[in-house]
Amino acid sequence: MHNATHKAGAALLSVEGLTVRLPRLGDRPYAVRDLSFTLDKGEILCIVGESGSGKSICANAIMGLLPGYLTPESGRILYQGTDLLQQSEETLQGLRGRKLGMIFQEPMSALNPIMTVGEQIAEVMAVHNDRPGKARQARTLELLELVGLPEPGKLQHAYPFRLSGGQRQRVMIAMALALEPDILIADEPTTALDVTTQAQILALIKQIQLVMRMGVMFITHDFGVVADIADRVAVMEKGILVEQGPAAEVLNRPSHAYTRRLIDAVPHRRSAAAAEAGSKRGGETPVLDVRQLTKSYSVPDGLFRKRHVVAVQDVSFTVQRGRTLGIVGESGSGKSTIGKCLLKLVGIDSGQILFNGSDIAQMSQAEFRPMRKNVQMVFQDPFASLNPRHTVGRIVMDGQLANGVARGKAEHRTRELLRLVELHVGAFDRYPGEFSGGQRQRIGIARALALDPQLLVADELLSALDASVQAQVLQLLMKLQAQLQIAMVFITHDLRVAANICHHIAVMHRGRIVEEGTPEQVFTAPRHEYTRKLIAATPGQSWEPPRLALAA
Amino acid sequence: MKFLSLLVFRLGKAVSVVLGVVVVNFLLIRLAPGDPASIMAGEAGATDAEYVNRLREQFGLDLPLIQQLLIYIKNVLQFDLGFSYRNRLPVIDLILERLPATLLLMASAFVFSLVLGVLAGVFASRSRYENRHKWVDSAVMSGALLFYATPQFWLALMAIIFFSLTLGWLPAYGMESIGAGLTGWNMVVDVAAHLVLPTVSLGCFFVAVYARLTRASMLEVMGMDFVKTARAKGVPSGQVIRRHVLRNALMPVVTFAGIQLGQMAGGAVLAETVFGWPGIGRLMFDSLSQRDYQLLLGIFLVTSTMVVTFNLLTDLLYRFIDPRVDQGATP
Amino acid sequence: MKPFLRQFVAHRGAVVGLVLLLVVILVAAFASVWFAQSPWTMVGQPLLKPFESGEFPLGTDMLGRDIGAGLAYGARVSLLIGVTSTLVAVCLGVLIGAVAGYKGGAIDDLLMRFTEFFQTIPQFAMALVLVAIFTPSIYSIVGAITIVSWPPVARLVRSEFLSLKQREFVQAAVVIGQRPMRIVFTQILPNAMSPIIVTASLMTATAILTESSLSFLGLGDRNLMSWGYMIGAARTMLREAAWMSLMPGLAILVTVLAINLIGEGLNDALNPQLRKRGD
Repeated sequence: MHNATHKAGAALLSVEGLTVRLPRLGDRPYAVRDLSFTLDKGEILCIVGESGSGKSICANAIMGLLPGYLTPESGRILYQGTDLLQQSEETLQGLRGRKLGMIFQEPMSALNPIMTVGEQIAEVMAVHNDRPGKARQARTLELLELVGLPEPGKLQHAYPFRLSGGQRQRVMIAMALALEPDILIADEPTTALDVTTQAQILALIKQIQLVMRMGVMFITHDFGVVADIADRVAVMEKGILVEQGPAAEVLNRPSHAYTRRLIDAVPHRRSAAAAEAGSKRGGETPVLDVRQLTKSYSVPDGLFRKRHVVAVQDVSFTVQRGRTLGIVGESGSGKSTIGKCLLKLVGIDSGQILFNGSDIAQMSQAEFRPMRKNVQMVFQDPFASLNPRHTVGRIVMDGQLANGVARGKAEHRTRELLRLVELHVGAFDRYPGEFSGGQRQRIGIARALALDPQLLVADELLSALDASVQAQVLQLLMKLQAQLQIAMVFITHDLRVAANICHHIAVMHRGRIVEEGTPEQVFTAPRHEYTRKLIAATPGQSWEPPRLALAA
Repeated sequence: MKFLSLLVFRLGKAVSVVLGVVVVNFLLIRLAPGDPASIMAGEAGATDAEYVNRLREQFGLDLPLIQQLLIYIKNVLQFDLGFSYRNRLPVIDLILERLPATLLLMASAFVFSLVLGVLAGVFASRSRYENRHKWVDSAVMSGALLFYATPQFWLALMAIIFFSLTLGWLPAYGMESIGAGLTGWNMVVDVAAHLVLPTVSLGCFFVAVYARLTRASMLEVMGMDFVKTARAKGVPSGQVIRRHVLRNALMPVVTFAGIQLGQMAGGAVLAETVFGWPGIGRLMFDSLSQRDYQLLLGIFLVTSTMVVTFNLLTDLLYRFIDPRVDQGATP
Repeated sequence: MKPFLRQFVAHRGAVVGLVLLLVVILVAAFASVWFAQSPWTMVGQPLLKPFESGEFPLGTDMLGRDIGAGLAYGARVSLLIGVTSTLVAVCLGVLIGAVAGYKGGAIDDLLMRFTEFFQTIPQFAMALVLVAIFTPSIYSIVGAITIVSWPPVARLVRSEFLSLKQREFVQAAVVIGQRPMRIVFTQILPNAMSPIIVTASLMTATAILTESSLSFLGLGDRNLMSWGYMIGAARTMLREAAWMSLMPGLAILVTVLAINLIGEGLNDALNPQLRKRGD
């Protein structure tokens, strides 16, 4: 384990041997165990880990915001010489907001919906009796400007629902910084934001931190973010700190096996060449040929009127057999809508969807149903895409049964498929609730492949999975594609992942395709301004993850 | 501008409901077994054949159905709800005479149940959330469970037995002491004394409803992210409850309370009957035993209109207290 | 099934409720065995206090009718009317709600206006009017209670269908080529059942309260001895014979309480299971 070398005695915050017990029904006895690290003035410490690693619990313990059923069993959290774990709630309340600031992950729900933005910022000052009277309002406006929000005079009277996710997060930052605390704890503040917004917020935090010389404890699961902003890194696995040290060290020369595995899971940029090698050149007629696809929604606007929102505008692309097309875009770009259109889960306004030459766009649901076996989909949410009341075997068999395959044959094929997606043989009779997220995605893939489709649409297949699991599922997918020569449309918001496995990438912005090309082309010579912005915003651009030989 | 169009829309909806009730009334008479005129004549039909014929003429019962409906609607719009044979008064007069008493009872039961219910719910949720004095939560929930299962009319009778007959603290019948000729402040006190038992027996069920709803709503809001944000700012827990939790939690309770008024209107029939309270609920009971169906349906119409109006007011009130509504955002 | 039972039994109140309800059901079932004569017959001295006479342990009313018999036969009426009206209301509500939720569009709008109308009208008043006009009988009572109770079920089913329709596993069923009817019955409906079951159990309790209120006002079936009727008949004798109104009221309270407790137990047992995520 790397031990950080830092100036002795200068640590702003020192966590020593923190241990928090989990209630009996947890998956392990301790939420965090024997946790020790320090945070210095003026540095950014990134705490990295997958979900369930205990990083949030650590942050909450420092602030004294742990839920009632989680109490620290042993250890100390030293701040300015006092052990925070021993302080009364009153003392802690005095420290929160004034000396210790915290921002959270979900900006959409983190603000009181019925208080104005200005009131909520002013509340921090009110609670700590800071700047009475007019000075308070002045400071509120000052803070709104500091975090880069437009028209502070007007915005302070706005309610949170009028603000976007990025704007709400800025308000959160303003609230946390109002009294210029020594320490800022950021618990995955950008995970729920778009890539471009994330880049802005990260830049903001970095800038403010520099000016105010705060110690920032930044929790994340994204190594790209770590590469961009961290001075020091601490890696947590299942409640235990497995490695810590200066960023350059941990990122480029990780010593612990878990760290190595995580870094290895970060999508590398140029392995598309490897993917290229695995596929044979497909036939000339594309499996899927989309021409000028347009889809709009009417959204109720007020009481009687309806607003027209164009989700997809004039989109055209093709996919060959055995090749993968990546459709990359942020939220609202229309990428998911395309997926739904391809599967005829929604109707389209105009355009053609030619599948092996025949236009499926104009078919009715009844006409299309016999063709459905050729086009299949794997969904985003592994928890919602499997009927919790059906066994895994039934879930994978249902498609075949619906298409007239005999039961015995369907069962045999199902067992074969479960083996193919590397699930154990007993999975057939189990219920989805007994499987992890990554395993459920494998079940979803098995279900999609059960009908032997020619085209597979993967709609944000990996978004809900942990980093290391993502890598495994991706590998499986690539292996299956090479084996079965399926054409794939891979929808994602993460340019890095797309670059990893796609032969061809289409970048979408506000319903249109703004850029197309191979991963090489798109990354090294982007033509459209939005693509350039997207690439620049993708975290970890300056860092090339080391290729590590994995110790089994 | 948006508010005005909203108001018009809601008003239109309310009017259509009332119209629907009128049509339902119309259909009921004709769907029931027997001659519509005899039904409307009620018990008078057996003795006064001339009255029955007059009714037949008045409602145009020989005319085609649609015309009958239009005549009926026209009458209603002119506030003509028929004539009560037994009471020798137009139905509308009878109802208006008794309406204030019912409104008084419903208002007092509403305030009683809402205030007590919300307080109980807030205390219960606080004790559960802060893990202190957990007995408060258990007590409130058990009490709510009990009162939720208690038939209102029976509770009324038990209250009479206990507070009137045994202890003699409170009067059991009517709205005022008959023949006492009290005026001014004395009258107010007298009516208030008579109001206690009916209010409590009508309100107890709803105390349980509001207590449970408030508690659930408070607990749900307490678990929300913005409460954690407030705590992270150093806001003391009392203030967190008051400024952040309470208002957010009470909003669904307010909407629900408005809807519950409809139920309360029905419950008023039982309370007024047991306590002899001179309102339209008791009038409804009397019309049942007198088989005076014009009166019965007239009261039904008025009660429905009352409930629809309350719903409308609650809806409009909600739009004032929730800044997200009427802007097209999902609350 | 097993985890459901385990969760249900963990809720102590629900178990108590189940036991109480079983007692009530037993009494109703064996009413004609324990009390051979109709509860309407005058079998003894009027106004016997309870626990005074060995023959009539629960006393007699002012016409000499056995109160115990009344309670036992009344149990039958309450349970019968409660269960029947709930069943019909649930069937009706599920049908309307499912069609509205699945079809959407204009059909949904129309059905919802219809449902809203019935929900806005004061329920007890409507039931009262219906029973009065169609003359009180067990059929009109069941019918009236059904008509005022189905709207909440329809709304619930509709909202469940609307949300389930958007759920990814339902979309997946469309994608693999299942037919709409099959999707409704095998994918959507089973997952919508839990809130429906909980609502149905609570509706039974409300139906019993409504029936007893109607009987109290004299709108019960004249041939059936019901608890509400017994309380209504006891009104004139509040001072002299308080037990006449006390006991049937307790019977109603116990039965309704039992059903509510069971409903809460069902709620606890059915809901977390579905919301539970893996690992």
